[in-house]
Amino acid sequence: MSLVIIKYNAGNIQSVLYALERIGMQAIVTDNVQQIQSANKVIFPGVGEASTAMAYLKERGLDAVIKNLQQPVLGICLGMQLMCTHSEENDTDCLGIFEERVKKFIDNSSGNGNKVPQIGWNNIYNLKTGLFKDIPENAYCYFVHGYYAALGQHTIAATDYIQPYSSALQKDNFYGVQFHPEKSATVGEQIIKNFIEL
Amino acid sequence: MLTKRIIPCLDIKDGRTVKGINFENIRDAGDPVELGALYAAQGADELVFLDITATVEKRKTLSELVNKIAHQINIPFTVGGGISSVEDVSVLLQNGADKISINTSAFKNPQLIHDLAKQFGSQCVVLAIDTKKEADGEWYVYLNGGRTKTATKCIDWAKQAVELGAGEILLTSMNNDGTKQGFALDITQQLSETLAVPVIASGGGGTMEHFKDVFTQAKADAALAASIFHFKEIAIPDLKRYLQGQQIAVR
Repeated sequence: MSLVIIKYNAGNIQSVLYALERIGMQAIVTDNVQQIQSANKVIFPGVGEASTAMAYLKERGLDAVIKNLQQPVLGICLGMQLMCTHSEENDTDCLGIFEERVKKFIDNSSGNGNKVPQIGWNNIYNLKTGLFKDIPENAYCYFVHGYYAALGQHTIAATDYIQPYSSALQKDNFYGVQFHPEKSATVGEQIIKNFIEL
Repeated sequence: MLTKRIIPCLDIKDGRTVKGINFENIRDAGDPVELGALYAAQGADELVFLDITATVEKRKTLSELVNKIAHQINIPFTVGGGISSVEDVSVLLQNGADKISINTSAFKNPQLIHDLAKQFGSQCVVLAIDTKKEADGEWYVYLNGGRTKTATKCIDWAKQAVELGAGEILLTSMNNDGTKQGFALDITQQLSETLAVPVIASGGGGTMEHFKDVFTQAKADAALAASIFHFKEIAIPDLKRYLQGQQIAVR
């Protein structure tokens, strides 16, 4: 069982690595195309800004590599957003794996306390696929994001903030979560275990 | 629904947790990693580690500690204390910190907030403000752990910091800190309602009702406390059950 974390210019890679270690998994952090392609499972993490991250991936040809992976792939936070078609963050064309589009949170109703970015613990519901095996409906996960993927045909978990949106997406072998499983206490650890066991 | 966050704060000196009472009688309270893990298991939503070590060895010991914390803690954590450059932050984030908190260094060099937000994203830049209400009824910014007064009003500095890219404000009222008489509701509410970013209220939490008040009346997004948790005056699971009973969304 080989597990690869894609190395690129967008934060939180150490956190994902340590979370895997806590559940007894070793992972390789690499941008080596062959290592990525031959891994059993690939994690595509990310904290940062969409256009900078996409430019970095394109320069290195990693955009095509990720899109064509056949094994289970888990995008986290920005990683998930980059797997969508387009992000409003600096009008960025993304990988186009999920048809869902990424939009900016805009709170039109004043005074209800919805800050942007959303920072903190929120529920995930309408949970689908083995990624959420043994995770109860409305479990809490940790979110930090100013942009969101709209609900769509690939939504496998939803969350409410300003409006309902996709907190997880899945198409074929590709999975994406908007929250940070590596920072979501025992719920997050179970979700990572589930991904490993897919 | 996005929940209100409860954040225990751990003061660190030379790699150990310390419990200080009015800066006197600082006692060793054990391994910060173990204590942090205990709070995480009890349902703390985040942790703040504040390094009060004053030696030249500080940078190395802090990054080693952050690395240990990151290996063992499965919730987000913020590190603060004497951070004054992009390089400082880079080392801490590489060692696994989720956020860093800056205070005096940012006030003296506001460009630092912009540089950090640009390089690492606003989500990891927490601006800590120590503030005190003066006789004129206004809240002013204090620096150097509350020892140095400035002529800048808290609200003005907070607004400027958010414009520069601060992602959260950690607001400590010096009037309330250590009193256990409740959080400073007026300035917390003013910041919460004015700023587009979350406000973490700190200083004065002594009873569970104080937490309710700071969330409902002052609209704080999170509340931070230290001694009431360290001295087991309030247990986090009890506090969360109480808040839930008061119709406040908590995890």
